[in-house]
Amino acid sequence: MADVTLRKVIKRYDDVEAVRGIDLDIADHEFVVLVGPSGCGKSTTLRMIAGLEDITGGDIMIGGDVVNDVPPKDRDIAMVFQNYALYPHMTVAENMSFGLRLKHYPKAEIKSRVTEAARMLDITDLIDRKPKQLSGGQRQRVAMGRAIVRNPKVFLFDEPLSNLDAKLRVQMRIEIKKVHQKVRTTTVYVTHDQVEAMTLADRVVVMNHGRIEQIGTPNELYHHPATRFVAGFIGSPAMNLLPCRLEEAGGQLSVRLADRLALPLPPARAARYRAIPRGEKLLLGIRPEHITEARMHPEPGFETFDTVLDVTEPMGMETLIYFTLEGVEVCGRVNPNAGARDGAPLRLAVDLNNMHLLNEGTGVVL
Amino acid sequence: MSTFTIDKAGPTRKVKLGSMSRDRTWALRWSYFFLVLFAIFSLVPPIYMLITSLKGSAEISSATNPWWVFHPTLSNYVELLTSNQYLRFFLNSAMVSVFVVTITMLISVPAAFALARMKFWGSATLATGVFLTYLVPDSLLFIPLFKMFATIGDWTGIQLINRWYVLLFIYPTLTVPFCTWIMIGYFASIPKELDEAAIIDGASWFQTLTRIFIPVALPGLIAATIFAFTVSWAQFLYPMVFTTSTDQLVLPAGIITTLIKGDVFNWGQIMTGALLGAAPPLIIYAFLMDYYIAGLTAGATKG
Repeated sequence: MADVTLRKVIKRYDDVEAVRGIDLDIADHEFVVLVGPSGCGKSTTLRMIAGLEDITGGDIMIGGDVVNDVPPKDRDIAMVFQNYALYPHMTVAENMSFGLRLKHYPKAEIKSRVTEAARMLDITDLIDRKPKQLSGGQRQRVAMGRAIVRNPKVFLFDEPLSNLDAKLRVQMRIEIKKVHQKVRTTTVYVTHDQVEAMTLADRVVVMNHGRIEQIGTPNELYHHPATRFVAGFIGSPAMNLLPCRLEEAGGQLSVRLADRLALPLPPARAARYRAIPRGEKLLLGIRPEHITEARMHPEPGFETFDTVLDVTEPMGMETLIYFTLEGVEVCGRVNPNAGARDGAPLRLAVDLNNMHLLNEGTGVVL
Repeated sequence: MSTFTIDKAGPTRKVKLGSMSRDRTWALRWSYFFLVLFAIFSLVPPIYMLITSLKGSAEISSATNPWWVFHPTLSNYVELLTSNQYLRFFLNSAMVSVFVVTITMLISVPAAFALARMKFWGSATLATGVFLTYLVPDSLLFIPLFKMFATIGDWTGIQLINRWYVLLFIYPTLTVPFCTWIMIGYFASIPKELDEAAIIDGASWFQTLTRIFIPVALPGLIAATIFAFTVSWAQFLYPMVFTTSTDQLVLPAGIITTLIKGDVFNWGQIMTGALLGAAPPLIIYAFLMDYYIAGLTAGATKG
């Protein structure tokens, strides 16, 4: 077990900079998820930690030792790949024990480790099968087993669930979490799926264009995004971002979305945003769950307005509504009994206690 | 309370054959027609060889139906199989082929692995270069090669011409490029993650090759082996050029050299010799085709 540290790590392919100088501290036992759209450099970062890619600049440390020039086999890491990468000619047990056999571990030790890992992953019955006789989920368990038996300092997961169907993915997600609770090995996990990132991680690292946008716990990222990218990337459906301006009339600060629609800010928010120059181009960030049907007795900070819905999506426990505001499509979440129908008018309330203001030019959350 | 019965019988309507299956039927008929035609076409020469090998010289030269044996005899077989000369050709052929296959595999498998996986400066050009050498026909190469070995003999005193083992240097010029090329193809089809997994598991390049790549690419390896064996077993031009003494000859050259005396063709023995010579490749093919290996890579990654 060990901590992992990245210092100003850069990866350049010819003239393309895939990773542009990232700093990251991963504590011992921590489960860190790197998330971002494809091409953001998350897989490259993982592969650099694994030693499968050389680093162009910076330092990578595992357990305090700089491993820049240490070959993968000497880094004491284990990796789980998206396409499982099981050795097709070996049985499950042989697959799992391959690394140990190469290191000439005693037979009894190998057997006990494989048995233990197989038990933990519930694949004891499959131990003598070949990979082609296994389903996708079982193969991924074997791949995890292969990592566990090595008892490495760090687990690296490269989009391990992307090849599984939706239901199995949820199941395996829980499985991975359980395994981490048992073995407590420092884990770096790469995914493009923000739900996976949120559910698994102790801390999430959001990456974009080879840079880290924000590092934080799932809740921090969700409730206090630092940038427009994080605000839009984390959460499904995504946060609504509406062009707006601040204006002040009679000491009351409000955001003006349209000629007809200005929303007065609650006192706490007003105090926070008072320093922003009036007239600066801003974005109002509101998560769908903070746009709901208007109640009889509105709470403080809730502002109501009328709109005509374009589309509704009944999800069972809630109904997603879509309407257009100044040419921008807005999503909200209402009670299934609120009477939301396609094309029907509805009175909505927006919870400004949970609003965000972003600078439209820089994308920074203010 | 009411009772009711469940009719367990399915629909009784006769299912009409769709156009798909009618197309398939016709496709099958046509393929059988052409396969039978092709089988007849390619089987006529060996059958003719077999018939002729069972005849005595008198019957071969007489103007009877050449497709029928009136006085079957095994004398050709007995004569050949008891002649030390013919058995020597057989042994030479076997030695050359086994050594050539071994040499070829020892060179082309690591070469293909390096060219397919270790990206180094010029690896792509080198891979193409390997293939290009295969495109030069042996009928162009034999004169310069002969000159080369003659010069080596002059300079070093090591006489290689007219020794059966000279063929061990020459045949690989045919087999190595081709086998390397097909092994590159097989190795390239192995997912990259498989060797990355092996490397992380602690395997060296050599262990990755021997414990992962070779077992996984076994179908390709066997195909390459068959090719190398067939080429060295059936090669005609090079042994005709490089070996002349009867104790150094391999089968194809030996049969032609010893069984044709001046303008006298010993057809019965030529046919018998050729037929017996064709047996080993035939046996190897039959054995390896049955060796079910296809689909070995299935399950390595997402199936």
